[in-house]
Amino acid sequence: MAKIEFLGPLNREPMEVDIQSLNDLKEMFKEDKELQEWLEICAVALNDALVCSLDVKIEKGDKISLLPPVCGG
Amino acid sequence: MALELYDGSLHVEEITNRWFRQISEKNYGAYIPFIGIVRDENGISGLSFDIYEPILNSWFDEWQKRAKKEGAYLFMAHSRGDVPNHTSSYISAVVSPQRKVALKLIGDFVEDFKASAPIWKYDLIDGERVYAKSRSTALKGAGLLR
Repeated sequence: MAKIEFLGPLNREPMEVDIQSLNDLKEMFKEDKELQEWLEICAVALNDALVCSLDVKIEKGDKISLLPPVCGG
Repeated sequence: MALELYDGSLHVEEITNRWFRQISEKNYGAYIPFIGIVRDENGISGLSFDIYEPILNSWFDEWQKRAKKEGAYLFMAHSRGDVPNHTSSYISAVVSPQRKVALKLIGDFVEDFKASAPIWKYDLIDGERVYAKSRSTALKGAGLLR
């Protein structure tokens, strides 16, 4: 199982999912209409490093974070 | 600690004076603080912030390495939660032997901070937090799961 964190204004509780890759996660989220709008603009981090490819293998205990657009200061 | 996070407004004098005392004996020629102040605009009573610390820490560490290569050193302080108008939510500073290095570095650092630091800003309007979506910047790789 991997843990999904929804950061900042996504404001959702974390969830545990049984997936093999980020592609699986993308498929899983297709059914979540509310999240689709956010996914257009969210970056993705695997174990606190930003990733740019869906072909990433997900291991047991991995942490996946969704990061909406940022504005510090 | 070069990176400091606080609940609520920053105590500007305490922070910037402490940083100055920390470096004043170390023969740096320039100390350039940048202090961000919350402006009263668009009917807000203040701003509010969420921070994701693990990625903020690694982002800051990379910048500290970059500064070190130029003989410089960075400080940063940021608020979590609510920050009323006319108080400070963000301070960064660079120290360097040379003025030119420090001036360039503080500019580059603050620009990248705006674009890359995992911090989310909300306007405080009538006691509610409203995500400042239109002023926010998508991070590298955004849209991967769409």
